[in-house]
Amino acid sequence: MLFNACHKGNSYTVDRHNGINAAGLIYDRKGGTHKNNAKTFLMLQIENHLSPSTLEEAYETLTSVPGSLVLGGCGYIRLGDRTISNAIDLSNLGLNFVHGTKSEVEIGAMTTLRTIETDALCQSLWHGLLPRSVENIVGVQLRNCVTIGGTVAGRYPFSDPLTALLALDARLQFYHYGEISLEEFFTGQGLKDILVKIIIPKRGQIGAFQSVRRAKTDYAVLNAAVTKTGDDYRIVVGARPGRAVLVPEASDYLSSNGLNETTARKAGNIAAASLQFGDNPRGSGEYRKAICPVLIARALMEVHHAA
Amino acid sequence: MQLETTINGRNVTLDFAGGEFLYETLRRYGYLSVKQGCDTSSCGLCTVWLDGKPALSCSTLTARVAGHEITTIEALQDDAREFAEYMVAEGAEQCGFCSPGFTMTVLAMKRELDNPDEAAINHYLAGNLCRCSGYKGQMRAIKKYMGVA
Repeated sequence: MLFNACHKGNSYTVDRHNGINAAGLIYDRKGGTHKNNAKTFLMLQIENHLSPSTLEEAYETLTSVPGSLVLGGCGYIRLGDRTISNAIDLSNLGLNFVHGTKSEVEIGAMTTLRTIETDALCQSLWHGLLPRSVENIVGVQLRNCVTIGGTVAGRYPFSDPLTALLALDARLQFYHYGEISLEEFFTGQGLKDILVKIIIPKRGQIGAFQSVRRAKTDYAVLNAAVTKTGDDYRIVVGARPGRAVLVPEASDYLSSNGLNETTARKAGNIAAASLQFGDNPRGSGEYRKAICPVLIARALMEVHHAA
Repeated sequence: MQLETTINGRNVTLDFAGGEFLYETLRRYGYLSVKQGCDTSSCGLCTVWLDGKPALSCSTLTARVAGHEITTIEALQDDAREFAEYMVAEGAEQCGFCSPGFTMTVLAMKRELDNPDEAAINHYLAGNLCRCSGYKGQMRAIKKYMGVA
């Protein structure tokens, strides 16, 4: 597909998958530029866009055709320079739902983050932990696009909802593999499979989510989620910048010593001492380690007051 | 590739390349209100409505809009003009490049929220960036437009 482009008075005919970069140089997706050696732009090419009508069809395509990829909400797909032979779109499989049973909540993989944010059932459970974990992700427009399944399958280390889901002890239902805990999924090698739904137990958990961000819509410098079920606690820290992890040492300490302002602070210190933090452009490991106890203590006290 | 969809109430057939995003297709078909901004899903300039909900056309693959309803500001001229009068009255416009996407989000907010307070307005519009205005004039205009001032 060709189109005409103009840059600084010069006209070019450019293929859709080529373009003109900021310096006015024609680039192509095979790595070349027509003048000098300017860097090639990141481009996405999809050879086939498939909308399977069954999960079996989606799974067969994913596992039998090299270069196949399941599409989530596509919030990040454009940031990679890649060619996808078969883009598998699950939009027609009825996976956009939030269902509640007596003991669980099931969230379909294609449910958008905006749906989770505004869904009455999600808002009514866990002291609003799950909606609160998605409400600051960029803007309404992006949250109307991106899906919880894409977030989970991507295992993004910077993710807010993954921290919350781990605190809620979520399980994942894959089409072929069956069920796996989110915790196990995080520590494993990943699965070449179709994520169908996320299953969250209803155990009367009270939850809280905290994060520090440089700007309202930026990724978190650090996030933390806490749930309390009776005398049991699940404390999770994410965006360290590594993937979200449980902190059993801090949870055990609270289960033994009870929750008050002093023990909340102590649990935060235990967590900070037992976790590894790293540097990235949003913050240093040292800074993350310093704010970790504060976020955990705030989340714990929120849970304490809500109980 | 080819698909059938609805743009501003009209059934259309779109030709597009694999991997093409909706804002690219819309602009090629003449819907020039849809701006290319950050290209990283951050600024909201490319906001359109997809089935009545605001969505980023820079994060929506064109292949995915088959059978859906796309709305751009070209179809909302009367509503947009009404809102623009509030913006002008508050001196909230500067370069105007973000205005189409911004207006699409404001009009969606008016449909979705009842009597939002300033915090709710800020939250709903967090995905729209304006590099000129500082947002104060826009907030005054929005509150008056929404009838919550």
